[in-house]
Amino acid sequence: MARSNEPFWWILFSGGGVVAAFLVPVHLVVFALAVPLGWVSLSHAKLAALLGQPIVRLYLFVLIALPLFHWAHRFRFLLEDLGLHGLRMPLAVLCYGSAIVGTVATLWVLLSV
Amino acid sequence: MSDARSQRPGLYYPKMRNTWWLSRPGYVRFMIREATSVFIAIFLIEFLVLVHAVAQGPDAYAAVVGRLASPGWIVFNVIALVFALYHTVTWFMLTGVVQVVRLGDQRVPPGLIVAGAFAAWVVVSLFLLYWIVVRS
Repeated sequence: MARSNEPFWWILFSGGGVVAAFLVPVHLVVFALAVPLGWVSLSHAKLAALLGQPIVRLYLFVLIALPLFHWAHRFRFLLEDLGLHGLRMPLAVLCYGSAIVGTVATLWVLLSV
Repeated sequence: MSDARSQRPGLYYPKMRNTWWLSRPGYVRFMIREATSVFIAIFLIEFLVLVHAVAQGPDAYAAVVGRLASPGWIVFNVIALVFALYHTVTWFMLTGVVQVVRLGDQRVPPGLIVAGAFAAWVVVSLFLLYWIVVRS
């Protein structure tokens, strides 16, 4: 049987699913709603100090990059399910490629802190 | 990836209409679950922009927070939160089915695994909330 690269993407998919399930809601509430709406105030100094810690940057890398691969996997099959069967390979390249670009961007942001 | 879809002559390929998923509530829920990933990904990019702004300095941070306070972004993020929670709930429900946990020769009932996942989620979320907002 020919070797498949499916397990590799599948691990990224399920890992991203776990990270998104456990961690995304609380970050969304704090940073996308509570802070912009002024419910809580997080000073720049406080966040900059947090971001200065290597362990926090590692955490942010996992938090952002893994769910991007989860998105890639789901979005790819979502488009296929909506009828784009003929574009199987281009869709895969586009979706996983976007996740890879997002991962590199995340690395760049976190390493240039 | 597998080449199951490549069109080979002599094989049967069912023709499905592109609106097949509207035919049953379960199919619609499935598609909604798949779509949650789009909202989660957009939020994460937004979050990355915020992280970048923190790295840039106080002015950049204030500018991004100001932009996120606009009605359009607030509405989007409320919707994104609903989708994110939908992902969390469906993912945990799935965990109970997929993840077989054994204690000795007994299988832990799926309901207990799901309940455990939810409990762990609540603990992790409260811890992070406390850590980000209060302690740090």
